[in-house]
Amino acid sequence: MSAAILAGLTGAALVGLGLYGLLTDPHPLRKILAFNILGSGVFLLFGIIARKGAAAGFAADPVPQAMVITGIVVAFSATALAVTLLLRLFQETRRATLEPDAPAKTPDAGVDG
Amino acid sequence: MLAMALALATTGGGYLLVLAVIVPVIGMLLSLVVGGRHAERIAFALMPAGLGLALAIAIEVWVTGQPLVYILGGWPPPLGIALRADGFSAVMLVTAALVIAAAGYFARGGFATPPGVAEKRAPLAFWTLLQGLWAALAVVFLGGDLFNLYVALELLTFAAVPLVCLDGRPETLAAALRYLLFALFGSVLYLLGAALLYGTYGTLDIVLLADRTAAEPLVAPAVGFAAGLMTAGLLAKTALFPLHLWLPPAHANAPPPASAVLSALVVKASFFLIVRLWFDVMPGLASAAVTTLLAALGAAAILFGSVLALRQARLKLLIAYSTVAQIGYLFLMFPLAIGGHPWSAEAWSGGVMQTLSHAFAKAAMFLAAGVVYEQLGHDRIAELRGIGRAMPMAIFAFGLGGLSLMGLPPSGGFAAKWLLMQASVESGQWAWAVVMLVGGLLAGGYVYRVVAPALDRATVALKAPASRRREAVALALALGAVLLGFAPPEFFDLLQIGRPVAMAALR
Repeated sequence: MSAAILAGLTGAALVGLGLYGLLTDPHPLRKILAFNILGSGVFLLFGIIARKGAAAGFAADPVPQAMVITGIVVAFSATALAVTLLLRLFQETRRATLEPDAPAKTPDAGVDG
Repeated sequence: MLAMALALATTGGGYLLVLAVIVPVIGMLLSLVVGGRHAERIAFALMPAGLGLALAIAIEVWVTGQPLVYILGGWPPPLGIALRADGFSAVMLVTAALVIAAAGYFARGGFATPPGVAEKRAPLAFWTLLQGLWAALAVVFLGGDLFNLYVALELLTFAAVPLVCLDGRPETLAAALRYLLFALFGSVLYLLGAALLYGTYGTLDIVLLADRTAAEPLVAPAVGFAAGLMTAGLLAKTALFPLHLWLPPAHANAPPPASAVLSALVVKASFFLIVRLWFDVMPGLASAAVTTLLAALGAAAILFGSVLALRQARLKLLIAYSTVAQIGYLFLMFPLAIGGHPWSAEAWSGGVMQTLSHAFAKAAMFLAAGVVYEQLGHDRIAELRGIGRAMPMAIFAFGLGGLSLMGLPPSGGFAAKWLLMQASVESGQWAWAVVMLVGGLLAGGYVYRVVAPALDRATVALKAPASRRREAVALALALGAVLLGFAPPEFFDLLQIGRPVAMAALR
């Protein structure tokens, strides 16, 4: 088994794990973690594609590598934003779940208009 | 081949595209530096400039009859990134500039900091996020590279999510978090699809990809898989049924100007990319099964969203569910506008028209609901009797917006639905026309639920004095939706510029 195939299988496994967690786990923090696992799988995939040098016959295609770096920055910001929202939600309500479905039910009781 | 060469070199007027992106970015950065006290002034100084640029781009596209192109840094794709504006991009840019300017004018004073009072976070956040959102929208409409578009979509999400929870109430935080999780799910699927496409074709530039997919459509199973992943991800961001769960709480709980921008523009950005993907990048892959599936989901969204809108107790939730329904109409264009049939151009115009008219109508309705909420201190539909006298312009704006949603003339919504219905009849796909008619009736029902009691004779206790300026903003947007119904034929010619099939016929 070549290194590229091993990396590819690892990437696919990470994507699968992340997707499963993102879809099935109700807890927001675990969803955020699952998103990061899924993202890592995608970045690994980009790495393999860079190795393939699909674009111009380079030994290693630089474009996917640039994309991974950008992608990591974006995923990091997304995680930071999500964790901040979750922390704030916890501070306000003392719970870190999205259940029960509160948003629609309590529209205007004691809210500043 | 000529079109290929044109798409890979900077055209005259290409610098306008760069300016359209940079102006809001400058505003955002300046606002961060000078703080919330002056952020509003900066936003108002730059909004006319942004609108002027958008109009200049639209005029340039219309005059030259060709998409505008700018190659960033002089590095042509596949290594570099191109910005491109076709007819659809141009009208979306103008719509975004108008709706954002209206939302900003509506918000004026709402986030002001009086002299001598310590500055709070909300004004700075609102004005910087609004301009960040505008910049992200510009990149989405102009981006010519699928990865660049991924970054633009993420920027859009990062600007839109905090707008939902500006006031920091727990339910808005929960709504924002739910929105963010859906959006992240969508964008990571999109990125995975983009990776697979790059692996297969070695480029993510839309024009180059279109060329390569046309040459070898299904070179690997990965391509179909990539298209599926990207579409699913974008559908989650567009909130097409059954991925709409995040939308109503997020759009209904945001401050009114934010709701207007989110419902009018932000969901359209991901829809715009779905159109790019299926019409520009891989039209060869858009089989009847794919387009019918998209339209069937759209039809389900129309029926489901409208029925739920009829059952809502709160005005803003009613409007949010109506957005779920109106998004459904957008997807009816897929089976009708794909390919080079005689009715395709009509369906394309109808789909674009629906995007534009819904943007104006929905922004007007959310702003009108904001006026109602501000003055009554609540938006319970059961207690809206008689408000028509207290805030006539707001209710008129709501009614005019509703007219467009129902698809009654004269309005942009009528033009959109008429074109789509004609196309569905001409193509023999009757089912979509029936769904549109039923959707129009249901829309009539939920608009009537609000307007009829509002026009009753009854006295209402107002919590705050009426703000005529805010009512007038809502009314101006609603009139925009109506005016679209009077669009001249040249406007429809503009929409066709850059449409791949239309361009192929020209060659």
